[in-house]
Amino acid sequence: MVASGCGGTGRELAPYVDLEGLDLVTRSITLDPRAGGASPRVVEVPGGIVNAVGLPNPGLEHFLAIELPWLVRAGVRVHVSIAGATLGEYADLARRLSRAPGVAGLEVNVGAPDEVGAGLFEVREAYHAASVVAAVRREFPTDRPVLAKLRPDVSRVVESARSCHEAGASAVTVGNAVPAAMPDGRPGGLSGPAVAPVALRCVAAVTAALPEVPVVACGGVRDLATARMFLDAGAVSVQVGTALLHDPTTLSRLRVQLTPAQEGP
Amino acid sequence: MSEPRGPVHVDAEVVATKKVGAYRHLTLAAPGVPERFRAGSFVALSVQDRTVRRSLWVHRVRQVGAYGPTLDVVIEPRGEGTRRLAAMPVGARVPLTGPLGRPFALPKEPVSCLLVGDGYGVAPLFPLAERLRERGSTVSLVVSAPDEAHLLSALEARRSVRAVTVLTADGSVGRRGTVPGTIGELVERSGADVVYAAGATEVVRAVAVAAEQAGAWSQVALEVPTPCGTGLCHGCPLPVLGEDGVARVVRACTEGPVVRGDRVRWAEL
Ligand SMILES: Cc1cc2nc3c(=O)[nH]c(=O)nc-3n(C[C@H](O)[C@H](O)[C@H](O)COP(=O)(O)O)c2cc1C
Repeated sequence: MVASGCGGTGRELAPYVDLEGLDLVTRSITLDPRAGGASPRVVEVPGGIVNAVGLPNPGLEHFLAIELPWLVRAGVRVHVSIAGATLGEYADLARRLSRAPGVAGLEVNVGAPDEVGAGLFEVREAYHAASVVAAVRREFPTDRPVLAKLRPDVSRVVESARSCHEAGASAVTVGNAVPAAMPDGRPGGLSGPAVAPVALRCVAAVTAALPEVPVVACGGVRDLATARMFLDAGAVSVQVGTALLHDPTTLSRLRVQLTPAQEGP
Repeated sequence: MSEPRGPVHVDAEVVATKKVGAYRHLTLAAPGVPERFRAGSFVALSVQDRTVRRSLWVHRVRQVGAYGPTLDVVIEPRGEGTRRLAAMPVGARVPLTGPLGRPFALPKEPVSCLLVGDGYGVAPLFPLAERLRERGSTVSLVVSAPDEAHLLSALEARRSVRAVTVLTADGSVGRRGTVPGTIGELVERSGADVVYAAGATEVVRAVAVAAEQAGAWSQVALEVPTPCGTGLCHGCPLPVLGEDGVARVVRACTEGPVVRGDRVRWAEL
């Protein structure tokens, strides 16, 4: 799967990977358009990048009118990442997306590295994340998956995964950019090869404690070896983010190398 | 058959390398890229064990040669990444993606054009000059740099341009001066209908402003840091005013790097 925010609008991946049947999580979509953060938005650090992109997106209306139909026509399996400031906004997003043709599923972004700075609903405790999932699940048909994307914080991830699953999440995405700071002190998120061991620790903790909860792993996947590491730890699937920024063909290689059973969400 | 379109991702091979002043010129065999290239588009190169890619203007493409189609890039070693790219010997391989971004728009009719570039930012203006010349436009070129070492040679452009003005800030070659300090006069004197610019933000901004004052149409190639170059990361914000008059932030690598000079919200950049 393409990790949220690392596949452009989806279109830009077309030269590098067959879009037909590709599982893509969109960048997080909010009700209103967001311009995103100030420049610089991305800095390089050993083993990856720190980003303060700030969830730029055209807002739900433009997404539904322009981006979604294009992706659906191209054969992409579209998982829409959603982000909101309130439970009401999450519910609104879920309701309107439930009626849009071609939405394969949702991913609820409840693990952003700086949700407060980004103006999103604050997720401090597991029940905050679960309340978002419950609000979304009420509006979105149960035959389509809702993923809850959790922060890679080993001290809380098991409890968050359990609460979100109980609240109706079909699976949990374990891993996100790790809270970090840009050189000028602005909040950002660390991603890329450096975060793989952090994500692996969290994935292993969840699969060990909650074998009934499907886990999608996210963080530092860049080749067959790193993907296998997560699958061997019990993940049902992996997402690829930052690696695509370095080599946009990463996913097409991985799709060939992994058996189809391991590739879906 | 239609022309091949869209970027490709290939393992490029260094087939020649030459130090010229402060720059390193690399000739790369990158199958598929020269065939798809249009002036103003760029390529993104990988540096081993580094996540962010290095975007480079394409200085020249050759469709035929001993190594097949090749492209030339000009590197100014400024950081660890560009230093390592510049140090690549003949035979080295480097993952390369391109051509990327929106190229220069070409006028439909033959017109009078002024091309202005600073430092290695002059690089994309050479293939542009050729294309304009082929289409019957008259081309004047302004090549500027802080000093001689950073001046890209305009010798090869002589075939496609009518006049070359050389500007150096320290006066070591050509006329002493900078683009912001002289561009008003240069645009005025050229009587150009269309002004093209490439290089650092303050340089292209000055050109865009001068063009607008003179009533000329302008196209500017901006050098905004582009972490991925491919449009995937949204990390290269470029504030513009849309055709509909609405302020937007677009991706410099995808909706740019070339945009109309009068569409950039310079104060926000
Ligand atoms: C430039 C960039 C933009 C991102 N945007 C989003 C986003 O909109 N929503 C989200 O849930 N995660 C976003 N992420 C986080 C990634 O989806 C991913 O969880 C994280 O980068 C870790 O995985 P990786 O190491 O494979 O990149 C973004 C990451 C990057 C680098």
